[in-house]
Amino acid sequence: MNPNYNFAFLDEGSKREIRRATLKAVAIPGYQVPFGSRELPIGRGWGTGGIQLTLSLIGPDDVLKVIDQGSDESVNAVNIKKFVALCTDVKTTTHTREATLIQTRHRIPEVPMTNDQILVLQVPIPEPLRVVETREELTKRMHAEKDYAPMWLQLYESLIRYGRVTISTEYPCMVEDRYLLNPSPIPRFDTPKLYDAECLYLFGAGREKKIYAIPPHTKVSPLAFDDVPFQRETFPGKRCRLCGSADTYLDEMFDSATGERFYQCSDTSYCQEMRAR
Amino acid sequence: MAYVAVSGGKEAIEASIRLLDWYRGGTTLDLELEAIEKKLSLLVDRVMGEAGLYSPAYAALALKQCEGSVEEAVFLLRAYRSTLTRHYYTTAVETDAMRAVRRISAAFKDIVGGQMLGATYDYTHRLIDFGVGGESAQALYRRMQALLAVQSPEPVTPCPRVSDELKREGLIDILPENDEAPFDVTENLLEFPAPRSARLQTLARADTGFLSGLAYSALRGFGMVHPTVGELRTGYVELCVPYLFDSTQSIYIGEILMTEVECLTEADDQGKLKLALGYGAVFGRNENKAIAMAVVDRELSHKGDYPAQNEEFVLTHGDSLEMNGFLSHLKLPHYVTFQSKLDAVRKTRRERR
Repeated sequence: MNPNYNFAFLDEGSKREIRRATLKAVAIPGYQVPFGSRELPIGRGWGTGGIQLTLSLIGPDDVLKVIDQGSDESVNAVNIKKFVALCTDVKTTTHTREATLIQTRHRIPEVPMTNDQILVLQVPIPEPLRVVETREELTKRMHAEKDYAPMWLQLYESLIRYGRVTISTEYPCMVEDRYLLNPSPIPRFDTPKLYDAECLYLFGAGREKKIYAIPPHTKVSPLAFDDVPFQRETFPGKRCRLCGSADTYLDEMFDSATGERFYQCSDTSYCQEMRAR
Repeated sequence: MAYVAVSGGKEAIEASIRLLDWYRGGTTLDLELEAIEKKLSLLVDRVMGEAGLYSPAYAALALKQCEGSVEEAVFLLRAYRSTLTRHYYTTAVETDAMRAVRRISAAFKDIVGGQMLGATYDYTHRLIDFGVGGESAQALYRRMQALLAVQSPEPVTPCPRVSDELKREGLIDILPENDEAPFDVTENLLEFPAPRSARLQTLARADTGFLSGLAYSALRGFGMVHPTVGELRTGYVELCVPYLFDSTQSIYIGEILMTEVECLTEADDQGKLKLALGYGAVFGRNENKAIAMAVVDRELSHKGDYPAQNEEFVLTHGDSLEMNGFLSHLKLPHYVTFQSKLDAVRKTRRERR
């Protein structure tokens, strides 16, 4: 820890303000709470919303895990851990079970999370309606009136044109039948993990200055028509070439020498644990 | 196996940061902070303006640290500001009392208080001066100090704005003083419709290039076309903060250099015409940005379908930190999200075959 900086970088007043916004977000699941996002030494669009949540929540006894697209070793995850180490002496881990606080970009770990853990997700575009309406002034009103018809229409148009819903990541979900929520660009593979979870999910968008939450045991349903069920990504016939798992999200890779295609767990820590068994 | 999946990130980052020093260390000549601050002052002004932090010394340091990149320097100053507590808001600055170093009007030849051309590149021929390459810094400095030594100080006489005259004539609306506390965009989410104080703060901190391009689009026809610069003034203004123990008193804390612009356009006044003002104010001598700000302020008040008249479009896309942060994040790995896109694309092809 660099003694020239406050514990967890931000001044205490700013951290308190972020925690207040977080409490409000927990109280109204799926509602986007505006907050006075602070500028950090890390790029806006590089996870500053998630980092502000992490900084405002972290205490000396926490154990932190940071993952980027499933990997603990990815440059951005390493960089964020390095920043937190600059302004705290908190222990870090790669094991999902050991962590009290996990910050992630675009994945939910394969190991189910428990009721004493918080998952902080980084969000580029918090507004699920942005794809159908660019103006915040109008999307705010649409949420207030629960007017999600344009979103349903988009789903329907996709179905007519391509024979299926073609949304890849950031699949829009209804929270407790009230607010439409953007779960951040997690793959559809992870979307069902939001439903009736044990842990608290917090979403932070730094550039867009919004915080929202899915508290434990919340009903979170991906938008889907009764006769066209929601579908996850599938990897038929494929398994991880390292640990052999066939039930995880896989990264598709090419051998740099031979060009041969193979698959590997996106969650690198889960993969290592499976191999160690 | 030749492939190493995004591991070794830590070592790679450390090596990358070491390499940056290689770029800063290409010569034994030093870049003195004082020289950056005093000799690259327009660059320093731009960085301070986009950062929203007035500190020529720190701006110079930031520029030295990042090879002179404007967006990186702005980034460093903004991040530093996040560690500071905001103790005070200054009282409103009265620019009538500005100690002007330049004041021009494109609307009238003669204005109350007079025009003063001051320092400007406007009337230079843009020919590379090969003499500057070999000039002696000492000789230049001594020549300037000698010039200053023979000047006698003049008292500052407060100078009304050109628009005050037009207001008296009834050509510009006189609005009641608005003493509402300004909306602080650094501590709140901007919501729409935005109060004018939020608009002006956002424009004042906006990226210079973004704002100039928008204002240019309005001049070219994607807007109200060609406003007149009623007045442009550059100079030093005093900053004061309220005295805690007596609200009628304030404490002088220093002065800053700034540029202020008022531009005029015709506006409808129930069957007649009147004039309407756009306002621009920026740190330092960033004149084109101040003009662009005034143009865009007026376009936003006017409202309409052009990009420069769309409040949400203008106010949410001009922040240097936000635009460069989000653009640069595209360099981050997107392995999971791209895999999901591939899945979506492949499945439509498989089924429609």
